[in-house]
Amino acid sequence: MSASDDVVVVDARRLLCPMPVIRVQNEVKKSPPGTRIRAICTDPGALSDIPAWARVNGHKIIATESGDDEHIITLEVGEA
Amino acid sequence: MTKQYKAAALISGGLDSMLAARAIQEQGIYVEGLNFFTGFCVEGHTHAIRKKDQNRPKRNNALWVAEQLGMKLHFVDVIEEYKEVLFNPKHGYGAHLNPCLDCKIFMVEKALEWIKENEFDFIITGEVIGQRPKSQRKETMPVIARESGAGGLLLRPLCAKNLPATIPEQEGWIDREALFDFSGRTRKPQMALAERYGFAEYAQPAGGCCFLTDAQYSVKLADLWKSRGTKAYELDDIMLLKVGRHLRPKPEFKVIISREEGEGKFLQGYKNQYVSLKTTSHAGPLALLDGQLEPGDLELAARMVARYSQGRNAGQVELEVREKDGTTRTLSVTPLPPGEIQKGWLL
Repeated sequence: MSASDDVVVVDARRLLCPMPVIRVQNEVKKSPPGTRIRAICTDPGALSDIPAWARVNGHKIIATESGDDEHIITLEVGEA
Repeated sequence: MTKQYKAAALISGGLDSMLAARAIQEQGIYVEGLNFFTGFCVEGHTHAIRKKDQNRPKRNNALWVAEQLGMKLHFVDVIEEYKEVLFNPKHGYGAHLNPCLDCKIFMVEKALEWIKENEFDFIITGEVIGQRPKSQRKETMPVIARESGAGGLLLRPLCAKNLPATIPEQEGWIDREALFDFSGRTRKPQMALAERYGFAEYAQPAGGCCFLTDAQYSVKLADLWKSRGTKAYELDDIMLLKVGRHLRPKPEFKVIISREEGEGKFLQGYKNQYVSLKTTSHAGPLALLDGQLEPGDLELAARMVARYSQGRNAGQVELEVREKDGTTRTLSVTPLPPGEIQKGWLL
């Protein structure tokens, strides 16, 4: 994990779902509300799973970007 | 002020756990879901890898259930802790390497830890007496409650009336009379309840959520342990068992050969952990070599890979051999004739 431009980056490349979701979940647990987390994934399943996980747990999806091999999902941590 | 009771529901993504959670929500209990990830869960993996499955919906059913029920869902990574369950199941394995009863005990035990940490009151599961031959039997229900340590805090809403009253029922947190008495392998009561709750769609019920119940997968896992001389694995090992053809021509090494483009792409991610082979003169698969290679083994592996390439009928096929450090060289081989790929090699 690293922080750049006030966004915490979760590298979930090569991981298959639900591992990218678990990595994001772990980062969310230690982050205060308002923190932005950007997950970089190669499993296209993350494009549906991370937003679904965010919705049910009260976090906000800011953006999703999808390339040929990598998918980037940015969310904002909601209130606990 | 009346206390708001809270329950943690084990959510697999199937119909039974969905119904159990909903039944408890109906009684005014606040419910959150738990989904345990052992590494062997079928959910999503192979669909994500194989190109031919790319158009299938990429939906995690546990998350989908949580959305339908309007509840939070927490994934619990139990990959490391699960190894002990799999290596030494007190109650033994099922038809393959599936330690279903020990697995259920373990998950309820983890759920108990979770409810204590998060100040929840009890645990619910979608278990139904007689639904599964190994873990969901009349005799195993009390075993799970006792050995997990959950005891009376474990409630099975779908078959509660066939079991002694649990603490939530005894204490009046929930109404036992509004629970169910399902039993056996029939799915009709679940279907009817789904209709009553307005669930028009749900994941295919009953089974198939764990690779350990799969005969072929279990053979590959047993082979992995045998080849290493010990029951041990890492997450990458068990992921690789889900992908490609696995052929073991000699006890010391095996060849993992991609069957299509999506698998080839997935295996590429392991090129720095394994020696890999790729045909260059003809279209063909990517292969990883796992184990200790003796003189002549690389050529044998290359001939096997060439056999599965478009050059299978050519006199010579060229392959790139890539070492783990990235250095490469070219190898030219004659594809192995089909008769020389022995049946026993294929795991």
